[in-house]
Amino acid sequence: MKFVECAPIGRRALSEFVYAGPVRKEPRNETVSDADLSEFLYYHWNQPAVQTELWQHRPTGIWFYFERDTATDRIERVYPATKGAAQ
Amino acid sequence: MPLGLLKYAWKSPESMPRFFPDETPLKKHYDAVIIGGGGHGMACAYYLAKEHGLTNVAVLEKGYIGGGNTGRNTTIVRSNYLTSEGVAFYDESLKLFEDLSDEFDLNIFYSTRGHYTLAHSDSALHTMRWRAEVNKFHGIDSEVVDAAHVKKHVPYMDTNCGGHLPVMGALYHAPGSVARHDAVAWGYARGAQSYGVEIHQKTAVTDIRTVGDRVTGVQTDRGFIETPRVISMVAGSTPTVAAMVGLKTPIEIFPLQACVTEPVKPFMDTIVVSGSLHVYVSQSSRGELVMGASVDPAQLHSTRSTLDFVEGLTDQMVDLFPFTSRLKIMRQWAGMSDLTPDFAPIMGKTPIKGFYLDGGWGTWGFKATPVSGKTMAHTVATDETHHLIQPFSLDRFERFNLVGEKGAASVGH
Repeated sequence: MKFVECAPIGRRALSEFVYAGPVRKEPRNETVSDADLSEFLYYHWNQPAVQTELWQHRPTGIWFYFERDTATDRIERVYPATKGAAQ
Repeated sequence: MPLGLLKYAWKSPESMPRFFPDETPLKKHYDAVIIGGGGHGMACAYYLAKEHGLTNVAVLEKGYIGGGNTGRNTTIVRSNYLTSEGVAFYDESLKLFEDLSDEFDLNIFYSTRGHYTLAHSDSALHTMRWRAEVNKFHGIDSEVVDAAHVKKHVPYMDTNCGGHLPVMGALYHAPGSVARHDAVAWGYARGAQSYGVEIHQKTAVTDIRTVGDRVTGVQTDRGFIETPRVISMVAGSTPTVAAMVGLKTPIEIFPLQACVTEPVKPFMDTIVVSGSLHVYVSQSSRGELVMGASVDPAQLHSTRSTLDFVEGLTDQMVDLFPFTSRLKIMRQWAGMSDLTPDFAPIMGKTPIKGFYLDGGWGTWGFKATPVSGKTMAHTVATDETHHLIQPFSLDRFERFNLVGEKGAASVGH
């Protein structure tokens, strides 16, 4: 089993977390064009890389950003998902 | 054939004809280059040569023939999909599958088993009815049956699931089958070669060259090849190949794992799928139970296996077939499945002229092998999108015109 070091809640099993996908810059709802919206929703490079993802710790309900390498599955950094914290 | 084998008893094994001829050097120019030597790539090469007379074709494979997802799936063939587009497409595939052994003169062990998709809830049963009606409208043998029918035809199943999720009914699809997956790729490969197509294994494509918006050639680790047409049939590597021509796609890569148990006497001649329990199982001709589950929870470009997967799968399997608690797992493996947001493939032409895409095969690629080869060959040879794959174009996401096949994916994702 894989464990994750999470600053506020300590060492936790990865199976306690739910994956919610990579963080992407959301366009403004009111002004976005169809082309930009489809780009945001669907068209991505999706290549192996270190990406910032949203994960929720189910037992506590706390959301985290994971910086995870999608080639090796290594989680390189974990920090709470507060507004504007994604790097 | 067995008598024919006798004469080799007195000769050296080297004198036997090879299944595939020896490799030749790469030529400078091909009329078409197919990237990916799996079932889809080989089928496309075969139909390009056989039906369209395009024989100056090379198939480039980074590893070996059928070593990717072709050799990693759980070999199920069915056509009980949810959308009209999906049903028409997969049914054509199933019909092609039925004749492949004769066409190749090679036994692909195609075995019609009957396919049960179990419903453990009212909402699941509702989707089954919906699927059955869509299927029947298109003339496909598909019906909703009750738990007693399931009990009778799959006698070792605990239809009460240990009291946890009792089986309420099932979608029964009589033509559901299994086939020897490697043999499908080998048969197409040998067939394509007999028409003069070249297959180059251990040849990786490192770049695709374009001038303006037109493909001019591919760079490989064995040199440069000029070609006006490149067809990408690389499943889990699709984002990487698409990026070579500057295309973004909605394809995300998730590992899909599977495993087999030790062989046991034949006890189950059907294929059983449970969306609620996230498992599917069939018994191979060797007696092993071939089992699979949903894709892994997060994106990953890797074929690593995990213990979490086996634990989760067997936990559910024991609910469904209690006696399997005494079986041992023999092997497990993973493939990189290329999922799309609407659970339908992405096929056909792209904004880059001469670059054709066949990807987004997620967890449903094997059953589409013959029809994807055939329709892609048509599309490449005539430069007109085959009518069966028009709904699966890459630009459907720009037009927000998705196919919506998620309800027919074998297990919940």
